[in-house]
Amino acid sequence: MNMLNIKINNKEIKVAKGTSILNAAKEVGINIPNLCYHPDQEVKANCRVCVVEVHGAKTLQASCATEVKEGMVIRTNTQKVRQARKVVIELLLANHDMDCTSCKKNNQCGLQEIAANIGVRESRFENVLEKQEIDTSSPAIERDPNKCIRCGRCIQMCTEVQGLAILDYVGRGGLVDIKPAFGMYLNNTACVACGQCSVVCPVAAITEKEDIEQVWEAINNPNKTVIVQTAPAVRVSLGEEFGMEPGKIVTGKLVASLRALGFDKIFDTDFTADLTIIEEGHELLKRLNEGGTLPMLTSCSPGWINFIEQYYPNLLPHLSSCKSPQQMFGALVKGYYAEKIGKSPEDIFSVSIMPCTAKKFEAKREEMSIDGKNFDVDVVLTTRELAKMLRQAGVDFNMIEEEKYDAPFGLSSGAGVIFGATGGVMEAALRTVYEVVTGKTLENLDFKAVRGLEGIKEAKIDLDGTIVKVAIVHSLSKAKKIMELIKEGKADYSFIEIMCCPGGCIGGGGQPFGGTDELRIKRINAIYEADKELPIRKSHENPAVNKLYKEFLIEPLGEKSHHLLHTKYVDRKK
Amino acid sequence: MLVKEALDKYGKTPDKLIGAMLAYQKSTLCNYLTEEDIKEFAKETKIPESRIYSIASFYSLLSMKERGKYIVMVCYDVPCYINGSVNVVNELEKILEIKMGQTTTDKLFTIEYSSCLGCCDKAPALQIGATLYGNLTPEKISSILSTYRGKKDE
Repeated sequence: MNMLNIKINNKEIKVAKGTSILNAAKEVGINIPNLCYHPDQEVKANCRVCVVEVHGAKTLQASCATEVKEGMVIRTNTQKVRQARKVVIELLLANHDMDCTSCKKNNQCGLQEIAANIGVRESRFENVLEKQEIDTSSPAIERDPNKCIRCGRCIQMCTEVQGLAILDYVGRGGLVDIKPAFGMYLNNTACVACGQCSVVCPVAAITEKEDIEQVWEAINNPNKTVIVQTAPAVRVSLGEEFGMEPGKIVTGKLVASLRALGFDKIFDTDFTADLTIIEEGHELLKRLNEGGTLPMLTSCSPGWINFIEQYYPNLLPHLSSCKSPQQMFGALVKGYYAEKIGKSPEDIFSVSIMPCTAKKFEAKREEMSIDGKNFDVDVVLTTRELAKMLRQAGVDFNMIEEEKYDAPFGLSSGAGVIFGATGGVMEAALRTVYEVVTGKTLENLDFKAVRGLEGIKEAKIDLDGTIVKVAIVHSLSKAKKIMELIKEGKADYSFIEIMCCPGGCIGGGGQPFGGTDELRIKRINAIYEADKELPIRKSHENPAVNKLYKEFLIEPLGEKSHHLLHTKYVDRKK
Repeated sequence: MLVKEALDKYGKTPDKLIGAMLAYQKSTLCNYLTEEDIKEFAKETKIPESRIYSIASFYSLLSMKERGKYIVMVCYDVPCYINGSVNVVNELEKILEIKMGQTTTDKLFTIEYSSCLGCCDKAPALQIGATLYGNLTPEKISSILSTYRGKKDE
């Protein structure tokens, strides 16, 4: 590699050619403040916070957009630099709703943090913000233009990674805004509610719709039995909210802290992930044997469901009829468990903790309720909202001692856990389908080909002479590619796992702010570690699932399953 | 002209888009792009709707507001300002009975500010279509406007 000699703040170092000043500075322990820069995105260089002094250059240089050159002498902290950064931040604040104490991202805001760090003490410019309406039309995400700093991270995420381009710049110069075409409400656009924009937003311009108060009310209502389920991906990310190393597995602390908040029963969505594998696996075998529509597509990810319903409704027959694990769980809680504990469904309040914003939308689908009013899942909280609740309640997450999930829906297999990572549903399905079809025991449970962050992955499995070809896709720009292949009849796969968010659910739109690929890999590694630690690693060996079939569901794809665990997806083309 | 015709003439690639949008806009009765037009451009070019809207909102030559047949663009830059562009605007507003940015009720004229027209030697100046009028005084405005009043379609 071509190495260059440079000097940053009087320290001489060698860095690789092509490195930006911003990243070179990191190597000598200097964090240059920045707002629009994002390690996984194209350099935008529009916030101008990251300026530095380069010897010989007439003006200050944006360190994110300037590559190092041989012999470059850089100073990141001169009086001139500090003054310039202050002016930039003051100008941003002059067009910003500075209601920090009541802001949803108080203490988690990039702008606030930089203003504090560089010591902004006065605002020399008059505030010129013209207040605009906050868009609360979506059941999943909220857009507050009064907080927006026009960095453009959300646009890149929505356009490049998700391929949707719901948001773009509107107007010019000082009057520019970021919003949907024609200034439409989000709910009227073809937004899929994935919330990826909220993950990369450095301020509070896009956030999840907050539903915390409803949960507090239910917990404090003596007539309600409050049941909570936790998605696989939450256990490998919640720790980040409390200063833990990314990729730390906090399952036991998660359970204990939910109990501390006052939930009556703490269950695991992994249980219904196992159930999904049984139902979806049998659906796949049925399609393979009876000549059904192939390739079959997974239906766990509500952002992806929104995508196919709105963009490719003609391909809906490919979609598995299975509900997502969250909704299977909700249906079981109100349609089975309630009776088992001698309660009526109205007395049950069902909460789910998800890494996802689109789950909020999914839970409000009319068909996901008993009668259009009593929903199977009453409230969905994101990982971020749960962290907020814990802070509100003063739960010391680092201190709290680990606890175990409750029976019977707290028992799950490693196959259920890996649902949280891209390729996980496929791997879980292969573990079960192989053994069901061949009657043999699988020697090696790790299907390495389906793991990792590559956009489109492929694998083949030999089911006693029948070769089944599968594919795994994450992020919607990649899903679009696969859908075009299917449309043209060129997708010779039997089964495709599609996840809306980059990296799968561990990279979901409800996960802690500031997600990067580096972080996603750490969370994914933790997911597979959690899988390895479990005594049961195949869904069909989960004794609680088997008991449920014996006592209640009778058989996969049976009449009860049809009623509670399967659904119909609809054409919602916009 | 249809959106499709404009795109057939100019090409459907992103680099040809602005030309096609301008040509199409010129052919419309009220000199602007409707929501349907923008959706049509998006559909035909496969460029996202939000991007087409973004472009239309960025360039002052493109409008999403109904405008008159003739756009009277008055230079807003310093040399024209010093030489009395304010008086020109006042006279335009008086004769046309509208304010800056508005359109006459007969849908014939819209007055807009423009950035430098590149003829500071003739300040103050305005432009209608491809024709430039310089060294303006309020007295000249009325006759300039009247040349457009009875004008047949070119």
